[in-house]
Amino acid sequence: MLTLENVSVNYGAIEALTDISLQVNQGEVVTLIGANGAGKTTTLRTITGLLEPRKGRVTYEGTDISGMATHKLLPMGISMSPEGRGVFANLTVRENLDMGAYIRKDKKNIADDMERGFTLFPRLKEREKQKAGTLSGGEQQMLAMARAMMSRPRLLLLDEPSLGLAPLLVHTIFEAIDNIRAEGTTILLVEQNANAALHHSDRAYVLETGRIVMKGDSRQLAADPRVKEAYLGE
Amino acid sequence: MDTFVQQLINGLTIGSIYALIALGYTMVYGILRLINFAHGDVFMVGAYTGYMLAIHLGFESSPSIIGFAVVLFGSMIISAVIGMLIERFAYRPVRKYSRMTTLITAIGMSLFLEYTFVVIFSGTPRAFPQLLPNDNYTLFGNATINTSQLLIFVVSILLMLGLQYIIFKTKVGKAMRAVSFNLNSAKLMGVNTDFVIAFTFGLGSALAAAGGVLVAQYNPKIEPLMGLLIGLKAFVAAVLGGIGNIPGAVLGGLLIGAAETLVVGYGQYIGIPSTYRDAVAFAILILVLLIRPAGLLGSNVQEKV
Ligand SMILES: Nc1ncnc2c1ncn2[C@@H]1O[C@H](COP(=O)(O)OP(=O)(O)OP(=O)(O)O)[C@@H](O)[C@H]1O
Ligand SMILES: [Mg+2]
Repeated sequence: MLTLENVSVNYGAIEALTDISLQVNQGEVVTLIGANGAGKTTTLRTITGLLEPRKGRVTYEGTDISGMATHKLLPMGISMSPEGRGVFANLTVRENLDMGAYIRKDKKNIADDMERGFTLFPRLKEREKQKAGTLSGGEQQMLAMARAMMSRPRLLLLDEPSLGLAPLLVHTIFEAIDNIRAEGTTILLVEQNANAALHHSDRAYVLETGRIVMKGDSRQLAADPRVKEAYLGE
Repeated sequence: MDTFVQQLINGLTIGSIYALIALGYTMVYGILRLINFAHGDVFMVGAYTGYMLAIHLGFESSPSIIGFAVVLFGSMIISAVIGMLIERFAYRPVRKYSRMTTLITAIGMSLFLEYTFVVIFSGTPRAFPQLLPNDNYTLFGNATINTSQLLIFVVSILLMLGLQYIIFKTKVGKAMRAVSFNLNSAKLMGVNTDFVIAFTFGLGSALAAAGGVLVAQYNPKIEPLMGLLIGLKAFVAAVLGGIGNIPGAVLGGLLIGAAETLVVGYGQYIGIPSTYRDAVAFAILILVLLIRPAGLLGSNVQEKV
């Protein structure tokens, strides 16, 4: 569904990604794990056209999307919940969800999807008319995820959805990921919480200073001594 | 007391014009963090466009409300297109560079508009035709208000309500607010941010053009540099209200208009000669920057997460 072939990305003179190749197949949950500054966010920003690869190709369902204008990707079915959540603090919770459905015109279904989002995260329903900037960090994260789902994406990109959340909320977020997946959405999940990410995904890639150093079945990686030592703190 | 009421009416009249122009400064700043120094000149372009429409459509000879409406809306639409062209061909190509670059581009654009109009129309002022019969109405006591002042109030209020509706009730308005908070997040929602930015320029330019036509009705003398001082004052109004803040722009405009005419009317009693009128706005600017740089309604805390 999504393929990165030998992608290199620079910030000015600094090379942030070197020859990255990865693949996400229809129906899978694939996770990308790595330490701070490894290049995970850079990878997602490259997929969504916020950055242009210096070298290599990004293809989505057979179309070359390298460096394509960001706003053209949502209509193709790619939606992202950005790092640091990126909710519109000056808009209400409901307006944020409306923005998630910006490209859709089917009012009736949008209303249904909004209800579905509220079922997934009942806390958002209670805060519906509140400005998103007044929500707690965890609530903003839920909103960012619910908003990313409002376009009915086929591929969902999540950048550290559990960052800075209490264990109970982390659990809620991963439960939501399982639900979204069960509904047939393909997910590329970037996480530092390697333990949870490996347990809620099919396959994984490990990124280290801009290079993919390991890849494989999530269970196998979770059992790999190198991964255990470096990312699972065992 | 009567003269006080009279001064207030005069002040709020000119203040409404500052407010209309300040809205354009503040909306563009809110979205691009760009101070569009050519915005005052779009006000002038609006006045000239109205002038051309009035002359060529023959409304100058027979004053009527229809003639006025055609000139007003015609000028707003044409100026909106001009504002969008300015954005497209002057600002968009330099958007990715530093703020200093875009600021210099804006100053260049301002001079370009001013002197293009000097070349076309010469620097000599022209008389803007009377589009409506100008009557005087006596309010309580001896204070009077004339038709063109009344028009300024009514039209500005209607336009501001219209703007409020667009920003808070329409899809493109929601997108404008989203873009102003976070451009990249808006792109991720599928928002064509280039379109939203162009739309914002169009909206601001239409309001400035309306201001141009309304002022030309009130004080029927137009010239290519007429946007300079009024544009600067409107910019100060936007800063006073809190740049980027829409109600702030309206409040700032009205306050500066009122402060100016009060200085003209009463400044002499506290040692400020009425010739200092044009300095008032800039004194206010200095005070705001010293005391409350974020402006009256601007938030001091950065609300970005
Ligand atoms: N705008 C930028 N300009 C210059 N360098 C950048 C920029 N953004 C990121 N980098 C650098 O690129 C590298 C990869 O950053 P990236 O944000 O992709 O890491 P990450 O894996 O997402 O880290 P984290 O887990 O902390 O979010 C880092 O060394 C970072 O300092
Ligand atoms: Mg990151």
